[in-house]
Order: sequence, then structure tokens, then C-alpha cells
Amino acid sequence: MTSQDARIAAAARDGAGLPARGGAGLPAWGGTQLRVAFGKTVALDGVTLSVPAGQVSAVVGGDGAGKSTLLRCLVGVLAPDSGTVTRPVKERTGYLPASSGIYPDLTVAENLDFRAKGYGMSARDARARAAEYLDRAGLTPAAGRLAGQLSGGMRQKLAVISAMLHQPELLVLDEPTTGVDPVSRSGLWWLIARAATEGCAIVLATTYLDEAERCASVLVLDAGTALAAGTPEQIVAAMPGSLRAVAARPPGDAAARSWRRAGRWRVWDPHSGGGDITPDLQDAVIVAAISRQQPAGSAA
Amino acid sequence: MWAMIVKEFRQVRRDRRTLAMMIVLPVLLLVVLGYAASFDVKTITVIASGPQASAAAGLLKSPFDITMTAAHQDRTWAQDQLRDGKAEMALVTGGARPLVLIDGSQLFPARAALAALAEMQQRHPAHPGGIGAVVPRVIVLYNPGLTTSDIMIPGLCGVVLVFVGTIITSLGVVRERQSGTLEQLAVMPLRPRDVFLGKIVPYFLVAAVDLAIVLVVGIAIFGVPFRGNPAVFGLGALLFLFVTLGIGVLISSVSQNQGQAIQLAVMTLLPQVLLSGLIFPLTSIAPGVRWISYLLPLTYFNQISRGVMLRAEPITALWQPFVFLALLGAVVVTGATLRFRGYLAPEASERGSRKPAVQPQGAGA
Repeated sequence: MTSQDARIAAAARDGAGLPARGGAGLPAWGGTQLRVAFGKTVALDGVTLSVPAGQVSAVVGGDGAGKSTLLRCLVGVLAPDSGTVTRPVKERTGYLPASSGIYPDLTVAENLDFRAKGYGMSARDARARAAEYLDRAGLTPAAGRLAGQLSGGMRQKLAVISAMLHQPELLVLDEPTTGVDPVSRSGLWWLIARAATEGCAIVLATTYLDEAERCASVLVLDAGTALAAGTPEQIVAAMPGSLRAVAARPPGDAAARSWRRAGRWRVWDPHSGGGDITPDLQDAVIVAAISRQQPAGSAA
Repeated sequence: MWAMIVKEFRQVRRDRRTLAMMIVLPVLLLVVLGYAASFDVKTITVIASGPQASAAAGLLKSPFDITMTAAHQDRTWAQDQLRDGKAEMALVTGGARPLVLIDGSQLFPARAALAALAEMQQRHPAHPGGIGAVVPRVIVLYNPGLTTSDIMIPGLCGVVLVFVGTIITSLGVVRERQSGTLEQLAVMPLRPRDVFLGKIVPYFLVAAVDLAIVLVVGIAIFGVPFRGNPAVFGLGALLFLFVTLGIGVLISSVSQNQGQAIQLAVMTLLPQVLLSGLIFPLTSIAPGVRWISYLLPLTYFNQISRGVMLRAEPITALWQPFVFLALLGAVVVTGATLRFRGYLAPEASERGSRKPAVQPQGAGA
């Protein structure tokens, strides 16, 4: 990571030097008490998410947790059954769907051109912006290649710069880094963080907790409800009980409160203090999921 | 092999619509087309003109059906009536011998008329021709040789375009849905109408060129005449293409996958070919099925192309097919636009109409 990258990453977390929407008394984009049901399946149950400008907010959760549903409500492709959504007009919203939204039978440049024209950019702006973003993403040499022939990482980069090409106020990215190699992932993060430093309010869904840890705020979803929300530090600090590391999976009750990590077993004790491990976001999220399955009273 | 069969059955069962199409539609099509498949001409519409019009008309028995007699009109009027499709045969009196004009662009009625006239002559040798005491002079207009290609080529141009146009455009929206780009379109500031027209215009241009080529080839190879005004034909062709491609987009917007879209498109092709009057005369199609003919754009394109190419019909006589094509166009555009609105602005339709949930805000809000 270069020093510039570090600065950008820091800015993305803190919204440094930028008038954050929430902070300046302006309402952040987002949704309040969103509820979505598909038939009898409740995909989202009273979830609230705030996306301040100049920051990257993360929505984390396992498959089927409701991440995509929440983001789709946010951009307006799905109308919630109840709750309110506050978002900019379509022209100022950018969206990367989980399916990437890229036309495989168009070249990289043609994909960007379509997006620019679709958002009403002038031909000159479109050319300049496309050149700039292609350069940022390192895709300039691939401009003439068919998007369908790009590697997974390159295609995701194209999808991300396509979503941010018109410099939206709110950028919604559904799993931008899933299935992407580590090098491409860091490239993608650099693109995302840079857009945040330029004042964009960004929310992304991810299954990677190390990515969520880099974000200014995190919303943890499980089965359509919010398990935890706040900065990564707040979520970790709010974790009840303590953690210890052991060599083998403990027997009895504790087995349900243990998981394997870094070659050892971590055991969560909901009541005692101390413990020999300082928990991180990943631990806190797992603990939140466990305590939801077996409330503290029964786990004792 | 068993595993393969089971898997395949499970997949077929999952796509209920395809299964329904496989079972229900063949039966439906057979019944409908069975009623349509008829070359029998039961009535031949006749107009009569000249001083003895009424008297001569009185002598014509079934299958002739006198629709109008005009004692003060002459041959020119009668011919204009045929040109404008008001009747299939005209009886002109006033000359030394009565004159029978037959519209050769209506192949089966024309053949039936000739056969009926010949039969009358045989049955009443004392009064040959059955019209007064003299044998009438018979002239077949527009297609004197009663050539099949002359009446088929104008309509076939339309059929070719229905095939190409409907199938290609029917894939357009489904492809976006399957590749996941439809959701991207939904968040872009595009109006449903923009998407509809954007989907059609490129194919429209290609199809227009295609039509011109097919037409020129048809005329060159088969020697089909083009007697009317190319501008009238062109206008009709553009309307027809618009409706045809629009139907493709509409099919696409109601299909879940490309397979369904193709199936639906093909299902609209067969009726178009068989019910549009291209092969079976509209008047021979059972009335219970004939109404379907009037919902098909090819029916009107047939009327326009045959009218203009063979009979040099002016646009004033063709206003009906033009109006109906325009109406079909309006219906198709409205249908497709409404479907698109469902995808592109869900909060404005379906769920959101019950519960207003989204409050888009301006930049400065």
C-alpha cells in the first residue's frame, strides 16, 4: 500500500476533511425500519441503515441474510412493504447489482459509453471521465476488449467504475469483491475509498469481515434482522462476555459457543470477564450470531 | 441414463409455463387452425353497373352475392370498386355484350367465380352465361394469369419479416433479465418508453432494409408487378414493422427465459401465416376463428401490400388497414411500456402504489 493509498483508506474510514452528511446536520441517505416479505418469507424485518457522505458503510451477513434485499430497496429496484427510504434522484445514485450489470458482448469502453450516455453525460465529459476511471482501475489497456472476455477481477473493476462513472452522491455496491483475487480486491478497495474521499456516500455488501473492518460503519444482518450496528470498534466493544483460545473443541454446552479460527478453537463465555483473546469484528459478529441462536440465559 | 431422464423431467416440471405450452397450445392451435384451413369460397361479392344492372344482377344466383347495383355508373366506376376491394367481381352492362370483371388478386374467389360462370353456361345452354341472352366477356384484372406467386410474394415479404423481427426482438428483454443487466437499467434514469424504443429502433432499421431487399428480389425473380404508390406501401410497411417488432418486445417482457420467449414468438407466427389471409381467404375462415385474423398485423399488411402492388389501391381506400395497424401499434406500445414500468420503477407500480415508501430527494435535500 502506497502512502497515498493509506491516506485515502484513512479518509474513507473517517470521512476526514469532508462535510459528512450526518455530521453536518444533513440527513444521511438510507432506510428506516425497512420491511420486505416475499410471500411468507420475511427477507427484511425492521432494518435501519444510514449511509453518510464521504464514508464507506458496510452491510455484512451470510448468504440469505438480506443484504441484497436491503441494497435493492435503497436504490429503488425493490419497494419495501413498509419503512422509508431516503435516496438521491436516479441521476445521482449509482448501483452495482450482484450480477455486475455489465454487457458481456460490449467492449469495456462501450460499456462505459452506454452508462455515461444513459446518465445524460455529454460526449466530452463521458470520454474524459471514462479515460480517468479506466486509468484509476488500470483497465486502459483493456478498453477495447469485450467485457465477457475479462478476468473476474477486471470485470468487477469495470462494474465498479461503471457504477461510479457519473459521480453519484450515493453509491450502492452489492458484493463488489466476491470471487475476486486478493490483488484485485485491494485495487477495488482503492477505487471505492477514493470515491468516498470525493464525497460520495458509499454502502457495500460483503461477506468478508476483514473488509467490513475497514469501513466507517457496519451493519450486521442475520435472517433479515440487524444483529449489530455501529463502527467496528463499537460492535467489538459491545460484545458481551469474553473469549479464550483452546487447542481442542470443548465438550458439552461450550461446543455450541466455540468455533475454529487460526488453527485453534475460540470459546465464548457469555458471563465471565477476562479471557485471553482480544476480540475483533469477526469474533464479535460470530458471538452476535451465536447469542441470537441461544439467548444468554439458556447458554449459561 | 435413468439419472439423466429423472433430471430432465425435474427441469421440465419446474418450468411450468413451458410444460403448459407443450401440452395446451398444440391442441388449441390445431382446433383454431382446423377451422381456418379452408379454401372453400361460399360467396362471391358482386357489384353491377349500367342500364341493365338490376336485371342482370337478378339472374346471378348463389354463390354470387350482389352487394350493390348502380344503373348510372359505368365500367370505370366498377373497376374502381374492384381496385378498392369493395367486391370480388363486377358486372358491367350497357355495351353490346355484358362485361364481367374479376379481381384476380383474390385468387380463390376469382377461381370460384370463373368456375361458377362456366357452370352456369353449361346448365343453361339456351342462355349461355346466364346473363341475358348473350355470353358475357370476362376479364380478369390485376392478375390475369391467376398466378399464385403474384398474390403470395407481397404477403410473404411480411411473413419473412415477422419471422426475423419477432424472434430477434423477443430475445431482447429476456437477455437483459437473464444476464442481470435489467436491474442496472432499472436504476438508470431511463423512461420505460426510452427502453422500448431503444430496443426497437436498431432492429427497425435493419428490418426496413431487409424488407426492401426481399421485395426487390421478389419482384426481380418472380416478376411480381408493383403498380401502386411506393410511398403508401412504405408507410404501411413501417407501421407493420413497428407492430411486429413491438410484439417481440412485449413477448420478451412477459417471458422468464429465452426458451419461453422463443416458444411464444413461434406461437404467434403460425397463426399469422395461416390466419392472415395470406394462404386461406379471410372470407373462407370460420367466423368463430376469423376474429383472430383481425388481431394480427400481417392481415393488414397483406391487404395493404396486395392492394398497392397488384391493384394500385390509393391510400384513401386503404384507410381501414392503416387505422387498425396504428391501433395495434398503440396497444403493443402501451402493453410493453406498462410491463417496463413494473421493472424500471417498482415503487410507482405494484407494491409501492399501496404503500408509498420511497422519497427521492433532490441533490441539495
